[in-house]
Amino acid sequence: MFRNQYDTDVTTWSPAGRLFQVEYAMEAVKQGSAAIGLRSKTHAVLACVNKANSELSSHQKKIFKVDDHIGVAIAGLTADGRVLSRYMRSECINYGYTYESPLPVGRLVVQLADKAQVCTQRSWKRPYGVGLLVAGLDESGAHLYYNCPSGNYFEYQAFAIGSRSQAAKTYLERKFEKFQESSRDDLIKDALFAIRETLQGEKLTSTVCTIAVVGVGEAFNILDQAAVQALINEFEISGEEVPATESVAEEAAGGASADQGGAAAEEEAAPMDI
Amino acid sequence: MPKEHANWSPYDNNGGTCVAIAGADYCVIAADTRMSTGYSILTRDYSKICKLADKSFMASSGFQADVKALQKVLSSRHLIYQHQHNKQMSCPAMAQLLSNTLYYKRFFPYYAFNVLGGLDSEGKGCVFTYDAVGSYERVGYSAQGSGATLITPFLDNQLKSPSPLLLPAKDAVTPLSEAEAVDLVKTCFSSATERDIYTGDSVEIIILNASGVRHESEQLRKD
Repeated sequence: MFRNQYDTDVTTWSPAGRLFQVEYAMEAVKQGSAAIGLRSKTHAVLACVNKANSELSSHQKKIFKVDDHIGVAIAGLTADGRVLSRYMRSECINYGYTYESPLPVGRLVVQLADKAQVCTQRSWKRPYGVGLLVAGLDESGAHLYYNCPSGNYFEYQAFAIGSRSQAAKTYLERKFEKFQESSRDDLIKDALFAIRETLQGEKLTSTVCTIAVVGVGEAFNILDQAAVQALINEFEISGEEVPATESVAEEAAGGASADQGGAAAEEEAAPMDI
Repeated sequence: MPKEHANWSPYDNNGGTCVAIAGADYCVIAADTRMSTGYSILTRDYSKICKLADKSFMASSGFQADVKALQKVLSSRHLIYQHQHNKQMSCPAMAQLLSNTLYYKRFFPYYAFNVLGGLDSEGKGCVFTYDAVGSYERVGYSAQGSGATLITPFLDNQLKSPSPLLLPAKDAVTPLSEAEAVDLVKTCFSSATERDIYTGDSVEIIILNASGVRHESEQLRKD
């Protein structure tokens, strides 16, 4: 009821003890196209849905290599994500220069979280509108963290963010118990299945998704399109073509300032009655 | 009143010699492995060569602490470049970066005498030679360090193009094969070792060509 009075700047509390600007920032994350992460003892996989605005344009980069042992997938305001990736890369390089050893992931995510927190307590700033899934390797194995605009961060076995991520989360919740002992290839397979859940009937091909892996003995790398398509074919999970009219309308409503979570390249026209 | 001078110097010279030779499709970069201070040997087994990029190797003699710092700065800068451009730096690009990095400390220089060797964007061998403050030039071959004065005249004799003023006109030097170049480098070092006290122990040789990188090592006199 009183949201509008207390949501003008980030330094104003609401009577219920909420910071609406921060919550609105988290909303921006939900509007972005899906990003998924999962990890085993030795590997971590990031996957994301890559929808281009139109057939004429390229799709946005949502997965960034931060260092040989760390990578990040983003959902939300891609520009904010790019800036934070640059910060993360810089931190890794400086740590490596000083200590001649890789920056532990756990340290990096705390620095990232503290950086995000600053933006929730300065009247001349705004929170970052991007959620980050940070996948990395350290001496104790593979890790997956989620950093959100509020400045909070959590470690996960598997997680999904962005639009229609709930479908992926449901899939991951069913399967997560076996992830810890999974092989690298099984982990990728599960990531692809989870991505397919978010597509809700649309065909899964390597043109709509991006996969990246980091693991013991494997530096962070983004798999190339041909390799991903081969995996999809192998796992026979391309799914069925369905006139996904509800999902198209839902996406069109969400599109606004966020990244290309919006318009799907469907041949069928979408009825606007949803 | 005569100027007061410091009773210590921030610099030391750890000696050693570096050589690089560029071929049509290969590059040889070599340096001895002796590290000295004054008339003493600190170690017989120290590498002065650093891989800056897939196709760029830098060999540096002088003050090894400054050399190490310089190598770290360049490696970090290369990482940034890779993040921004999604590819490795070319050797000529690295050459310019090295020059700029050295000049940046024009008024408290890196006491490093560098030779950068690698393959250019066309796959041809390239060698760049530097002074301590970044003045550089692309050349066919170069030597730096304590044995440079002994090696350079020898390489000039073997590799330098004859003067166009000579009569009768003499052919330009025939292109050196990779094996001949490696052999020449070994000869350079064994000769320099004879007369330069700071050069010896062993020579580390890197050969860079289209198929990749190769390492060779030769023992030198240890006296």
